This record gives sequence, C-alpha cells and structure tokens, in this order.
Amino acid sequence: MLRALLASVVAIVVSTVVLGFAYPALMTGVAQLTMSHQANGSLVMRGGKVVGSSLAAQSFSFPGYFHERPSATSPAYNPGFTTFSNLGPTNPALAQLVKQNAAAILKLEGPYNPGLTIHQIPVDAVVPSGSGIDPQISIAYANLQAKRVAAVRHLPLATVQQLIKQHTQQRTFAFFGEPGVNVLELNLAVDQQVSG
Amino acid sequence: MGQGIGQILVYAAVLIALSYPLGIWMAHVYTKEKGDVVERGFLRLLGRDAATDQDWKQYGLSVVVFTICFSVFLYGMLRLQGHLFLNPDHLPAVPWTVALNTTASFVTNTNWQYYAGEATMSYLSQMAGLAVQQFVSAGAGLAVLAAVARGISRRGGGVGLGNFWRDLYRSIVYILLPLSIVLAVVLISQGVPQTFHGHVTATTLQGAHQTIARGPVGSMISIKQLGTNGGGFYDSNSAVPFENPTPTSNFLEVLAILLIPFAQLVMFGRMVFARRHAWVLYAVCFAIFAIGVCVAFPAEQHGSAVLRQSGVNITNSASQVGGNMTDKEIRFGIANTALWATATTDVSNGSVNGGHDALTPAGGAVPLINMFLGEVEPGGVGSGVYGLIFYVLIAVFVAGLMVGRTPEWLGKKIEAREMKLAAVGALAVPTMVLVMAAVAIVTKAGLASVFNPGAHGFTETLYAYTSQSNNNGSAFAGYAATDFSTTLGTVALYFGRFFPMLAGLAIGGSLAVKKVVPASAGTFRTDGGTFGIMLLGVIALTAGLMILPALTLGPIVEGLMH
Repeated sequence: MLRALLASVVAIVVSTVVLGFAYPALMTGVAQLTMSHQANGSLVMRGGKVVGSSLAAQSFSFPGYFHERPSATSPAYNPGFTTFSNLGPTNPALAQLVKQNAAAILKLEGPYNPGLTIHQIPVDAVVPSGSGIDPQISIAYANLQAKRVAAVRHLPLATVQQLIKQHTQQRTFAFFGEPGVNVLELNLAVDQQVSG
Repeated sequence: MGQGIGQILVYAAVLIALSYPLGIWMAHVYTKEKGDVVERGFLRLLGRDAATDQDWKQYGLSVVVFTICFSVFLYGMLRLQGHLFLNPDHLPAVPWTVALNTTASFVTNTNWQYYAGEATMSYLSQMAGLAVQQFVSAGAGLAVLAAVARGISRRGGGVGLGNFWRDLYRSIVYILLPLSIVLAVVLISQGVPQTFHGHVTATTLQGAHQTIARGPVGSMISIKQLGTNGGGFYDSNSAVPFENPTPTSNFLEVLAILLIPFAQLVMFGRMVFARRHAWVLYAVCFAIFAIGVCVAFPAEQHGSAVLRQSGVNITNSASQVGGNMTDKEIRFGIANTALWATATTDVSNGSVNGGHDALTPAGGAVPLINMFLGEVEPGGVGSGVYGLIFYVLIAVFVAGLMVGRTPEWLGKKIEAREMKLAAVGALAVPTMVLVMAAVAIVTKAGLASVFNPGAHGFTETLYAYTSQSNNNGSAFAGYAATDFSTTLGTVALYFGRFFPMLAGLAIGGSLAVKKVVPASAGTFRTDGGTFGIMLLGVIALTAGLMILPALTLGPIVEGLMH
C-alpha cells in the first residue's frame, strides 16, 4: 500500500510535467512557428482590426447582410460560451421556435421573393446549430437571401450569386462532409463589392 | 443519402485497414521483454512497487491507489485554479460539487461534463489537469487489458500479470503520445487553436463586441479523441468549429474514436494466441456498430416529427442536406453526425459533434442502447476488452450447457469462480443504472435536472446515469447539474470504473493459475461464426433485455406519440 502510494506520487509529478506542460508547450511552439493563423483562432482582420473569426458565426441583422443560422448561446453567437439548444424532437418549444423563425424569414425575404412559402425555407435556417456558432449556412439558405442582399445593396443579382459560389466551401476532396457557405467571409466580400 | 453512405463505407474501410497494424504494434509493445533506457529510469524512480511482477491484487491496488491520489491532486487544482498561473481570463475556482464530479469523471476515463470548459476551466486546469487524465486514464485502461491478457495466456505456473507502472509507461509513450502528437498537428493545421494567449475580443461587422475563447486546444482534442475520453475544451465539444473545423478534422477525429478500441482486439488476439477468436470478437463489435449506424442515419435524415409537421423544407438535395438539423452543424450534415453518435457510444468516448438531446427518438435510442450494453462493442480503451470478456464467458458457459460439457475458453476450464465474476461484472453496472435512473425520476431533487418535457425528459435522466456508469461521458446535455445529480453521478463514475476493472483483473488472475486443457473433438469452438452469433445473442439477451422496459418509457413512447 505504502509502496503504491509512493510510486503514485512520483508518477503524478512526472506525468503532470511531461504530459501537462512539456507536451502542450511543444505543440504550441510548433503551431505558433508554422501555422500561427490557425493556432490563434483563424482571426479575420479588416483595416487592421479583428472583426471576427472565420470559424465563428456572428450576429447579422442588417438587411444588407446574409444572416446566420439560429443560435442557442447567450447572447446569440457567443464563442466564449458555446451550447446546444438541447430541444428534444417532440418538445413543443422546438415547434414554437421553428414557427417563429419561419415567420420572421417569410416576413424578411417575402418582399424580395414573391410567392415564397414556408415549404421553400431550408431547415437549417430555422433550427439552432450544434455549437451555436456554426459559421456556415446551407447553399439553399444563401440562395434564398441573395435577392434581398442584392436589392438592399443595389448589386446585380448575378454578382451576389457569384459571391455565394466563391465562398461556398465544397466537400473535402469532393467527398467528405457537406458543402456550406461561410457567412462572415461572404458578407466581407459583399461589403468589398459595394465599396469597390 | 448515397453520398452519406459512401462516406461511412470509406470510414469503415480505413478503420479496418489502420486498426490491424496498430493492434500488431500494441501487442509488441506489451510483450517485449526489455524496456528502453527512459523506461528503466522511470521505474527506478518510482521505487519498489515498479520493480515487481504483480499478481492481480497488487496490480489492482496500484491502479486504484494511483487513481485516488490523482483524484485528490486534480480536485485541488480545480478548486485552486483562481490563485494559480496560466489563467489569463481570470476564472474563479470550480464549485466543489462540480469539481468533485469532474474529477471523478476524468480519472475514470469518462469525461462527463457538468460545466462549460471555455467559461469554467483555466488553461492550467484544462491542459495540466484534465488533459493529463486523458492520457493516464486511457493508459491505465490499456495496462489493465495487457495484464488480463497475460493472465489468460499464461501456461502453467506463476500468478504474475506484469507490472502496472511499466504497462502504464508503455501505453503512453509508445501508443497514446505519438498518435496524439501527429493528430494534434493535423488538427491545428485545420484551424484548432493552440495558444497560451487568452480570449480575443473582436468588433463585428455590425459593430458589436464578440469574445472568442481560445487556448491550448489542439493538444487536448487529439488525446480526447484517441483515448476514449471525450471531454472537450468547449461546451459544445466537437460541434464547435474550434474543436472540429473541417470535414477533414471530423474524419480524423471520428476515426480516432474507434481506432485504438478496435486495434486492441487485434492486440488481445495476439497476446492470448487466439487470433481467429479475436477476429470473431472484432466482427461482433463491428456488427453492433454497423447496426447502430443503419438505424441512426436514416432516422436523422427522415427528421423529427416537429420538423416534418412544421412545413419547412427538410428534403435532401444538392443545395442542402435536410433532415433533423437541430443542434447539428452544416459542414458535417446528417451522415457524419449519425456516424459519430454511434461510434462515440460503441466505445466509451462520449465526445459529440452534434447535440444528442435533439436526436430523433430512434436516433437517440442508438447511443443510449450502445452505452447500456456496457463497454463491449468494443468499449473504452482497455476497459472495453475486459468488459467484453464477461459476455464471452457467459456465452461460453451457455454453449457449454447446451453441449453438456464443462465450458472451456482459450484452453482453460471456466468454473464457478470465473462465472460468478463474469456475471457480476456484466450485470452490476446495468443494475446500478436502472436503480439510479429510477431514484432520479421519482425524487424532486432528481427531476430538477430534467430539461425537456414528457418522455424525452425520462430519456435524458436514463441517458445521464447510463453514460456516467458506463464511463462514456456523452450527454443529453439539457440534463442540468444540481447537487443531487453531480453527487449521484460521482458515485456512478467511480463504481462503473472500478467494479468491472477489478472483476476483469480477478478473472485474469484466476485464469493465470489454471492448467491448460488440450482441445478435443467435443470442445465448443470459439473461433467461428456460430460463436459470434451466440455472443451477439447473449449480449442482446442480458443487457439488451434489461434496458427494454426502460426504453418503452423513453424513446419508444416518444416515437409512438408522433
């Protein structure tokens, strides 16, 4: 018993030093030297200022921007405290949330998409993402918003559609994962297009 | 769905192709006689406990003492983190009930999380506290497996199963650490942060302030995935882009979940000189995994009742993945999330890349059943194989009754002592789960944790105690931390870790001293398809039937209501 106790104490010290400090320090050194952009959080800069991360959604409410998927974090799109919505598949609160979100989208996009019904709203636009900061929306949801953004920004629809195409992240090796559109990068491109 | 099926098939092929050579390497690691220079130095440093060939009791004692000492150390760190270094965001001490549960959770290779990592844990606690446990708890599991295998393979004479400290060293230095370093580098290249700087505040395009949490994430995520740990840096685990940024990172992370657990079956077969038998076990585990994916993927793609009735478009097409996208991420879609949910609960990993609470009734039943079956398909790193051995012995015993002979396994007679240990090892944890879930569902204190109404709330409760007792760590995450739930969970965590472990070691010790019985024409063969089906049946009839009544109150009634 005592022998095991002594061995344990030494093993705790050694493993904490090696696995708890040396290993992460080594990884940090390698990462900072060879790929500091990723290692520091894939931050996006504009005019010398950090405007966000390409790996985190941020709140977009202006009609001239593409909007993100719903988020369950508090406040919404909080990369300092991520969370699921945890709404079960039969929870009336989920039904209520979907209904509200769909109504808001119909109201916002309807004027630019005559004849728009709830059946054309893609599911990702009305349900919360896993992280609450999913940086992407589906291509379908981006296309739905294209007419509004084009109209509000006074851009030709074809230009906006072209921007969507450019900022669609395809499947890796055209095989793994699912395609999606990075909203922050797309909105930066829209801003740039407008300011020329 | 064809695209998704293709991705899953490629995944399965890569898993098989890599687990085989890794298993051979692992068997070599635990059987080579001479250790390297550093190993000899390390063992000398540890003193006399590291210099002996231990019998099962001494081996078990070393594991238990080591784990308890580390528990005290980790608990102290979590409570004192506010006064310690590497805390750039000035986070205060972790509340004591949460610290206690978290400690139990990480030393037992579970990683159930009643806290949000990025907002609760300092960098010191994450990397020098929790992540260290992700190495040593996995290493200890593998060590125990090696010891049990040595006991089974021993041919007459001697009670020694090896030395825990030596096996622990080899688990970490030759298996877990090299794989973690490689995986961490690739994950960081994909966008997982690795920095000691604190959070960064961005000014968004609309002029708001956004706090972005970061830290030494990559070094933790790799071992979290490889060591069947599952405890992430962020609250939403591998759904968060900072833990799992791309389809490439996702593929590697979900591969890492099953890699060592399947490889350890190959390793086991080599160490006990029964490679064909091990392949049968491999096939059984793989079959359970495949069945799970075949249920979960279509269920999630079909979508939940609420979504179908809402009228929104959930149809799979070129421009959207469709299906139940609640608490799921665009880049993974349905196939990769269903695959992950199945894999992470087949073994005792417990990381998630989407919210399990939001899974459809059938999609959520798969991880629940997977965990309830115990650490058998193929279970946690190390702990999985000895969990599976309980069922193997029961299957051998039942087969022995059928043919009217004393049951034998790998050349050793299975007698009353081994059967008692196997039965207790297989049934104790599921029994505890049912009792705890029942207590939590009939008491006010227990019900306070429930988030979703109705049958789903029952499933949340059952899932919580199934996950903690089987050292999985995934959650129907709406289930909240209260003094009651954290305390009951702490008991489940320790009991679920040590009870099967000691029963497994005792079986190893018991078989070590048995004489070898030569196989004869009447010996029931354990290396063919008949035994495989037998084993599947035994697993389904014991643990499977135990959970069926509870399932009818949870996912089944929820599925039927809509």
